[in-house]
Amino acid sequence: MKALYFAWVRERVGLPEEEIAPPPSVTTVAELVAWLRGRGENYAVAFADEHAVRAALDRRHVKPEQPIASAKEIAFFPPMTGG
Amino acid sequence: MRKIVRLQKAAFDAAAEVAPLVAGLSDIGALVTFTGLCRDEAGSLVALEIEHYPGMAEAEIARVVEEASRRWPLEAVLVIHRHGEIRAGEPIVLVATAAKHRAAAFAGAEFLMDYLKTAAPFWKKARRSDGRGGDWVAAREEDEAAARRWERPRARGES
Repeated sequence: MKALYFAWVRERVGLPEEEIAPPPSVTTVAELVAWLRGRGENYAVAFADEHAVRAALDRRHVKPEQPIASAKEIAFFPPMTGG
Repeated sequence: MRKIVRLQKAAFDAAAEVAPLVAGLSDIGALVTFTGLCRDEAGSLVALEIEHYPGMAEAEIARVVEEASRRWPLEAVLVIHRHGEIRAGEPIVLVATAAKHRAAAFAGAEFLMDYLKTAAPFWKKARRSDGRGGDWVAAREEDEAAARRWERPRARGES
């Protein structure tokens, strides 16, 4: 699936987007975050505070317990500051 | 309901944008427009750099507009949100609502702004006049609270 990062999450990860292939044991957004954290220091820093990072699955806001199921795109970002 | 939703880099002229929104609508008694501007924070801020999530930003604004039109009898809705560099004093966002009566127009516009601030995927980075590197603007609890007050079953002016 495609992973996208925005704002300071993007800066800390060091990438705007990438293809990721989590193992089948990763079924929820929270599990995906835990898996990403184990991929390197940059991910560990970006996702250090799990409550500070929001997620969207296929461009809809989701909670950490949301199953990833067959989503094609997941995005991670800080709380929004538009308007 | 007439609807205009646009994301753009360029600045806009609120009056010029609102004119076509209500052109020919003769049965509206209220038009509310809100323009959000970039503050200079007492001279300390030069510009904001607004990052957005292309695709989701449009989709999320469309969902919020849809929800507003379900809650209030709106005849026309406009949302324009800028991204990229926005200098102090420039407009960032424009929301306009038209309805037969003012209660729906006021409430609809306020609802749209409250949800845009907390649900639309935009992030502001500040560029400071002292040359310091940009800092990301932190989300405000006041904004979250403002959006939450619309969660109760029926809010002000709802049909």
